[in-house]
Amino acid sequence: MKTNDVILKSVTRVAAVIILTFSIYLFMNGHHHPGGGFIGGLSMSSAIVLLYLSFGVDKVRENIRVDFKKLAAIGVLIAIGTGMAGVIFGKPFLTQTFGYYDLPIFGNTELASALIFDTGVALAVIGTAVNIILSISEDR
Amino acid sequence: MFYTYIFLPLISAILVPFLYKYFNRFVHTGWFVLLVPLSIFIYLVQYIPSVAAGDTYKYTLSWIPSLNVNIVSFVDGLSLLFGLLISGVGSLVIVYSIFYMSKAREALHNFYIYLLMFMGAMLGVVFSDNLLVLYGFWELTSVSSFLLISYWYERKSSRQGALKALLITVLGGFGMLAGFIMMIMMADTYSIREMIANLDVIQSHGLFIPAMLCILLGAFTKSAQFPFGIWLPDAMEAPTPVSSYLHSATMVKAGIYVVARMTPIFGGSSVWFWLVAGIGIITLLYGSLTALRQTDLKAMLAYSTISQLGLIMCLLGVGSLAVYFGPGESSTIFTVAAFAALFHLFNHSTFKGSLFMVVGILDHETGRRDIRYLGGLMQVMPITFTIALIGGLSMAGLPPFNGFLSKEMFFAAVNDVSKAGIFGLGSIGILFPIIAWVASIFTFVYCMIFIFKTFGGQYRPEKLTRKVHEAPWGMLISPAILAVLVILIFFFPNVLGKYILTPALSAILPTMTPSPYDLKISPWHGLNIELIMTIGVIVIGLLLFKSSKRWIQAMRNYPQGLTLNHWYNKGLSGTERLSASLTNGYMTGSLRHYLIYTFAFFVIVLVSSLLLLYGFQFDFSNDAAISIFDIGLVLGMVIAAGTVLFAGNRIVAIVALGALGYMVAMFFVIFRAPDLALTQMVVETVSTLLFLLCFYHLPKLKKGIERIPFKLTNLIISIAMGLTVTLLALSANGHKLFEPITSFFENSYKLAGAKNIVNAILVDFRGFDTMLEISVLAVAGLGVYILVHQRSKGREQHENE
Amino acid sequence: METLMVILVGILISIGTYLILSKQLLRIVLGASIVGHSVNLLIITSGGLKRGSAPLLGEKAAGFADAIPQALILTAIVINFAVTAVVLVLSYRAYKSFGTDDMEQLRGNENE
Repeated sequence: MKTNDVILKSVTRVAAVIILTFSIYLFMNGHHHPGGGFIGGLSMSSAIVLLYLSFGVDKVRENIRVDFKKLAAIGVLIAIGTGMAGVIFGKPFLTQTFGYYDLPIFGNTELASALIFDTGVALAVIGTAVNIILSISEDR
Repeated sequence: MFYTYIFLPLISAILVPFLYKYFNRFVHTGWFVLLVPLSIFIYLVQYIPSVAAGDTYKYTLSWIPSLNVNIVSFVDGLSLLFGLLISGVGSLVIVYSIFYMSKAREALHNFYIYLLMFMGAMLGVVFSDNLLVLYGFWELTSVSSFLLISYWYERKSSRQGALKALLITVLGGFGMLAGFIMMIMMADTYSIREMIANLDVIQSHGLFIPAMLCILLGAFTKSAQFPFGIWLPDAMEAPTPVSSYLHSATMVKAGIYVVARMTPIFGGSSVWFWLVAGIGIITLLYGSLTALRQTDLKAMLAYSTISQLGLIMCLLGVGSLAVYFGPGESSTIFTVAAFAALFHLFNHSTFKGSLFMVVGILDHETGRRDIRYLGGLMQVMPITFTIALIGGLSMAGLPPFNGFLSKEMFFAAVNDVSKAGIFGLGSIGILFPIIAWVASIFTFVYCMIFIFKTFGGQYRPEKLTRKVHEAPWGMLISPAILAVLVILIFFFPNVLGKYILTPALSAILPTMTPSPYDLKISPWHGLNIELIMTIGVIVIGLLLFKSSKRWIQAMRNYPQGLTLNHWYNKGLSGTERLSASLTNGYMTGSLRHYLIYTFAFFVIVLVSSLLLLYGFQFDFSNDAAISIFDIGLVLGMVIAAGTVLFAGNRIVAIVALGALGYMVAMFFVIFRAPDLALTQMVVETVSTLLFLLCFYHLPKLKKGIERIPFKLTNLIISIAMGLTVTLLALSANGHKLFEPITSFFENSYKLAGAKNIVNAILVDFRGFDTMLEISVLAVAGLGVYILVHQRSKGREQHENE
Repeated sequence: METLMVILVGILISIGTYLILSKQLLRIVLGASIVGHSVNLLIITSGGLKRGSAPLLGEKAAGFADAIPQALILTAIVINFAVTAVVLVLSYRAYKSFGTDDMEQLRGNENE
């Protein structure tokens, strides 16, 4: 993609950061507020796709050295792995637990194994969405 | 312990490829495989004394304990007889195959895997007590015999023969499954033994006759009875060890086994008698007559196998009369008939096994199996000739060979049955001995042809492609053992009778108590009618054989159009044509047609079931209020969708679709679904981008899209679809059958520590769904990747060429 | 409101079906997308509309909207995206390989 669009590039520089931050916020907040793995993953992949659109595939690939096909597979594996954890403790597959801990900086925080599962979901979504878009835009 | 041996063939089949791969260079794989049937045989021999004393053994292997499904095995005389035949003849066949199948040229691993699979399946059939397990093994024998027959799969005739055997035996197998299920329904048990214990329930049930017919269909197809026997000659395309194994001792005897096993249940009914004995004797005549016409030695043996199976079947039918008469004096002669069936079954395995191996030797050494090319081999192959002579004369029913004894008993049985005077036998019962006698003459003649056209006469080496010499010892040893058995059984038949056949008989006819005197087999009964019949057979048979030159050609010119095979081929190609024309009629290759079928089916099924179940009951009372904004959105969506429909420019259509998606997101906002609204927004953005990217990279694709030509059928179907969904949704809204289960999920904070219920459902309550969903997602991503990249690779190749 | 939504769904499904029955690949993809949207709307309608607040326990409301249809739709949206992508790329490739996007010309030979 060889458009020379200064406005798009300048906006992207700012917008991508905002979108990425917001997507992480959405992802982390998913347990109690709107958000979660699917939404966080999708918005993060939309940010990455925006980068690709404005700066071109090759330039972004130099800076983000991630194979998105593998990322999707890793996501699925993480999700299955959290399921296996339940099996190890004698519970049914995919049993999730949660607890409240006092952490140094965050104070009393809830830690849930569901968050790890959600991480897997988010990675799978990012991997798939970016992979689809990249595959199509690489083809010429 | 028992199951280790029964499943040994199946388990060891797994090892064969490794043995073949690493040791075949040094040792023929067959030597390893030989250990399997040999150890089973030795193990089973240990049962003989106790089973002969009247014991039976029951073994249970729990399979699905929670459903109480167990593999129950039962060792009694009948299953032991078959088990010994399967493993004993199996060992001999494997020894023979070691010398028959070339170590270097043949795919031995395939061969032995199939053979072991078949052996395991046969053992499973004869030892199962559970009817469904029996059926499973039964079908496994069909499948593995298919593989064995098509072993030389590069030959067309092999494939066709295998297909024919599979089609016919599996057809019968389905019939048998139906029969078994009916029996299970009648007796409310899977166990054959419990069925025999509850005879009254089954015999007074309305399904008694249908179940019997279905089971007999299975048994008759497997045992190649008239008119299903046509698969057996074609199955001769298999390597000779296979033919020898399948058609002398095992596969075709499975049908006999089932008939024998079911005799306590169905025996005594006139339908059973007429079908088993009647079909049996017709098969005997048909097989012997057709065998006469054959010039291929193997085909001749195949038809002779069919006819001998008919003989055994007929004897079993006659034996079933014993159940009708019940224990006592009048049933003894029929009990002896069943005994003769078992005796002949054993004898047939010995002499037919050796004869098949002889044909294999001839084929192997001369390269020919056609009697028109062979002759005078007596001089070059004296040992083979001796074995063939023993086997052939035994089959012809001459002393001092075991075939003589069982044939005499057969004549006695058909004579008895003609005098039985029940089931309408009084008038036409006399046909039994007449047909049996005529068929025996034919049998005698083809045995003579087999022996003397091959080994007698002038030796004509110029007609053969190879230099002929005697077979290696390894190929001779198995048929020689069988031939020795043929003679030994003649002189000591009662050892076999007492230890093996009598216990088997008590399994077929458990209520009978024949005295050992009745079951004594002796070659000499004085000058009775049976002996006169045998002498008649020999005299007329010899006359016919001497004059064979005059009539044999006429037999061979029997018109092809009248054979069963011809009708089978016609029927097969006819059904193929019918199904092809039927399929081509609706499988037009047009996506639109397929979708029309799908949509029409959807509409018809849903609307008609709504009508039939009085589903049209609408309830508008609970509807939420409508605001102006909602109406605006609805109108906007209809307009957007209409734009997609009528747009002449594809960019417009894509943008309109995007607008539609954003409006869906706004509906989610109105309906208090923040997660959905967020997701919908992002997804809509990304997929619009996807559409646009697709076209950005397709400069060749014409910018405009054609307007859709108006089609009335499409319009009708679309409107019908819309209406159906609307009606369905409305009537679903009108029927609240049960309380929503949402209140459970509203405890999500307590149960999952999450305040976002939707997220809790996704990651916690229904985590399995989500896990599978992301798997699907990843697969879809890979699919897209492959679709794009594989294509460009193909183009590179194209450019390189 | 429910009735209105159901009627809207019916109209959208009619339009989507008509598009699917046309012979251009792109139209078929667009039609499938529209049907996907309308089914999502149908599912959320079946849970009852405008009752209670968003299904977030932090809202401290008296009642919540039905969360199950929402969870179902959330997965459906994402899967829909993946399916659309696959179908789109498939049709794109079909066009490149065969030079046409007309389904009637892509039907293959007789007696295949």
